[in-house]
Amino acid sequence: MAEMLSYTFMQNAFILVTLTSISCGVVGSLITVNRMSSFTGSIAHASFGGLGLAYLLGVHPMIGATVFAVGSALGIGALSGRNKLGSDTAMAALWATGMAAGLVFIKLSGTYSADLMSWLFGSLMTVSTTDVILTGILDIVVLASVILLYKEFLGISYDMEFTRIQGVPVWFVRGLFLIMAALTTIVLMKVTGLIMVIALLTIPAAIAEKFSGSLKRMMILASALSFLFSITGLFLAWWLDLPSGPVIILVSSIVFFSVLALRGKTD
Amino acid sequence: MGIIELRNVTAGYNRDHPAIENVDLSVEKNDFIAVIGPNGGGKTTLLKVVLGLLVPFAGSVRVFGEQPEHSRKKIGYVPQLIPSRTFPVSVLDVVLMGRLSSSGLLRRYSSEDRAIALEKLENLGVHHLSKKRMDQLSGGQKQRVLIARALVGEPDLLLLDEPVASVDAETQHSFYNLLSRLNSRMAVVLVTHDVGAVSSHVKSIACINRHLVSHGEAIDESDVARAYGCPFELITHGVPHRVLGARRESDHG
Repeated sequence: MAEMLSYTFMQNAFILVTLTSISCGVVGSLITVNRMSSFTGSIAHASFGGLGLAYLLGVHPMIGATVFAVGSALGIGALSGRNKLGSDTAMAALWATGMAAGLVFIKLSGTYSADLMSWLFGSLMTVSTTDVILTGILDIVVLASVILLYKEFLGISYDMEFTRIQGVPVWFVRGLFLIMAALTTIVLMKVTGLIMVIALLTIPAAIAEKFSGSLKRMMILASALSFLFSITGLFLAWWLDLPSGPVIILVSSIVFFSVLALRGKTD
Repeated sequence: MGIIELRNVTAGYNRDHPAIENVDLSVEKNDFIAVIGPNGGGKTTLLKVVLGLLVPFAGSVRVFGEQPEHSRKKIGYVPQLIPSRTFPVSVLDVVLMGRLSSSGLLRRYSSEDRAIALEKLENLGVHHLSKKRMDQLSGGQKQRVLIARALVGEPDLLLLDEPVASVDAETQHSFYNLLSRLNSRMAVVLVTHDVGAVSSHVKSIACINRHLVSHGEAIDESDVARAYGCPFELITHGVPHRVLGARRESDHG
């Protein structure tokens, strides 16, 4: 372990997963109680279109991905307020369209395919200082938002209509949540890649939901589980010489299905 | 002046096929009204209009003499219960949502908010459940918690959407006793599709199926039949007497 942590790139990887665990647990809990996991999958894949376009235009891929993720999150959010079925179809369409557009743009830009793989499946071994700083800023924004607006986030998640009748500016709180979800998705792409982001956002939160009496505790427990799964996955990946993103997801899902099986027995 | 005054209200999601049409309704201070109607008959639309969540295509809406969105603080709203819903939230935190408007953005709930929430839970006999997770409660207990949530804003009008849809007959009975008790302090309006579940505590009945057919003290089978578009017995599965029989007794006695 000492040897492993003597490498700067491993230190960066550890710092990054520690930081992502915070926003992952908090935002993942909100996504889970709002039953919006397919929404997350959709914006992750939509962001791939932005990545491709950024490569084609020669701007930083992160910028393209972020613009597409936030834009599609707010777009779906606006739709789902009016039409549940329509937004479900829109999410599925966006999912595939984002991937297709991204692949076409990347082919046109002549980007080396290893870059592509790191966006799809994660690249914890190449974490930059910028990644760490951006993730830290996101954590601060996410934590400040849920601390200051906790009762409003709880309100819109539990009973949106009642919360609206109470005079809460629901559009603002929900918009903030959607933007946080989009940004967290982007940041987590470094850890697991966009294809598996959905798992890291929802598995720790889904386990935490079963053992928490409040949304607050669910957020804390989900962050702790996310941290545990990421660190364990990182260690195992190092020892077994396997890619870290998939190993983190496998660790998470083994625990998830074990919990399901054990709970199923006792119920 | 009435608490709710609807005049010629036409509303819905599609202008060509409004969910309610030319509806007149007035609710007075001490009223206890059940609005009955089939599913899709416009009950929810009516509630949304009163709550100011839906602007009607035509007609005028006054709630406490004002535009409905300005009177929400005087309304305690009890939405329909979704029995199978799981959510990590405590009973007390659910009740506190009724204090969102008085508490304000960026603030934590005050100790006064908590005290009022606990007091309402106590009044409704579910005080001991305050720390429990909401989804571990029975249907009847959840119903009381949602009423406590509606009451913490100290409303003058209680509005309930399908309040007895997911509770058993015995719970229904004590539930109506509770509403009757609350009715001494505030107007109570409930909407339901289940005619058989309307108790004799209710002072008047209105029937809605796009049009508001009957409203007031007297109700007969032809009114209901018109509202539903089918004979009354079919709607109630042959048990109309509990409602109408009880009403007639009280009318004559």
